Amino acid sequence: MRADLDEFGAHAASVIPRLRRYARALTGDTLLADDLVQDTLERALIKRHLWREGSDLRAWMFTIMHNVYVNQLRSRPAEAPVTLDAEAYNVASRASPVDMLEVGDIDAAIRRLPAEQREVLLLVALEQLSYAETAQALGIPLGTVMSRLYRARERVRGLLDGSAPQGILKVVK
Amino acid sequence: MSKREITEADLQAWVDGRLPGDERAQVEAWLADHPKDAERLEQYRRLNEALHGAYDSVLDEPVPGHFSALVRRTHRPRAMRHAAVVAWCALAGVLGAVGGWQSRDWYARRDVMPSAQMFARQAAVAHAVYSREVRHPVEVGADQEKHLVSWLSKRIGSQLRVPHLGEQGYGLVGGRLLPGTPDERSPIALFMYQDSKGQRLTLYVRTDAAESSETAFRFAQEKSVGVFYWVDQKLGYALSGEVEKDELLRIANAVYKQLNP
Repeated sequence: MRADLDEFGAHAASVIPRLRRYARALTGDTLLADDLVQDTLERALIKRHLWREGSDLRAWMFTIMHNVYVNQLRSRPAEAPVTLDAEAYNVASRASPVDMLEVGDIDAAIRRLPAEQREVLLLVALEQLSYAETAQALGIPLGTVMSRLYRARERVRGLLDGSAPQGILKVVK
Repeated sequence: MSKREITEADLQAWVDGRLPGDERAQVEAWLADHPKDAERLEQYRRLNEALHGAYDSVLDEPVPGHFSALVRRTHRPRAMRHAAVVAWCALAGVLGAVGGWQSRDWYARRDVMPSAQMFARQAAVAHAVYSREVRHPVEVGADQEKHLVSWLSKRIGSQLRVPHLGEQGYGLVGGRLLPGTPDERSPIALFMYQDSKGQRLTLYVRTDAAESSETAFRFAQEKSVGVFYWVDQKLGYALSGEVEKDELLRIANAVYKQLNP
């Protein structure tokens, strides 16, 4: 067996650290995250013929990771349901302004987001995917990316400020 | 673009630095008149920074060896795990035979026991399944080696010894117990080794009920997994790995020597 990387392999190897960062933020758990990365890499290798050479492999891999993640969520319903009840969050009671954040605070806060909002926020703000790439990776319209992004940010801001949004947020275009 | 309504999407794009210059200027002019929104966006922006602060350190962590090994194998048409699942079905008697899993390149023809080929194949399948496990490659880790050996010896009904392959560059990860196939009553002991690059080898050991004679090393290639296997004092051994045949032979020799000092 040859140890050299072909072009796909070399590209895939260069994306691994990014996949791990995203998976860690998405799951909040080192082991779950690496499981997600492993499954994503295996899927990517199986489906590599679907990747068009020259196109952005990173965005393509995030698409695969999203699909794997959604499947894992379906088969692993243990994730705590998300509620809008601010009093249920101990993070909310800290009432620390966003600029005084600690790592644990931000992690706890994004853990409280519905998975679909967390994905959008992390792909855009952490992984710097364009809005269009995010829409494609998640299989949703651009408008949905924008509204989920807004909701995610408002939710996190509310949690960290101790003023979690009450009721339903107004929908924005 | 003249005066147009600023939307929430514009504001989000401003936070993310995705607006072209003229639109950015428009948003900034608008924000000057809307201090509450300006404050809100400033918080969003800090949230972006906080996310990087919380997770960017992952980028500097060393990539686990199996991940690199996985993409190094990209010349293979399909990920091994799937072939392995298919093969497990075959072993369970569901399919009987699976195309593509053909042993070849026999190293020696003497003393071929009836189930020898099957033995090598089972070892290759076990290797394919468990060497790819990230979370639970073994049931008992090398830190409990004494317990591992006594437990597996008891379960397979023969006193086992576990070779140490440090000189060959492989450290013991641990081991697990596997069920025997229907024609074998004894379960199987699987020891796993790993080198510094994450390349894994497995040593598959069963009590050989059939013939107790010694055999020469034999080699089988099951897809990308090479297997050297032999029988020695009532125990059947198979050393599997996705490494060059010469390398695998070198390690198989080391294993044999340690077991027959």
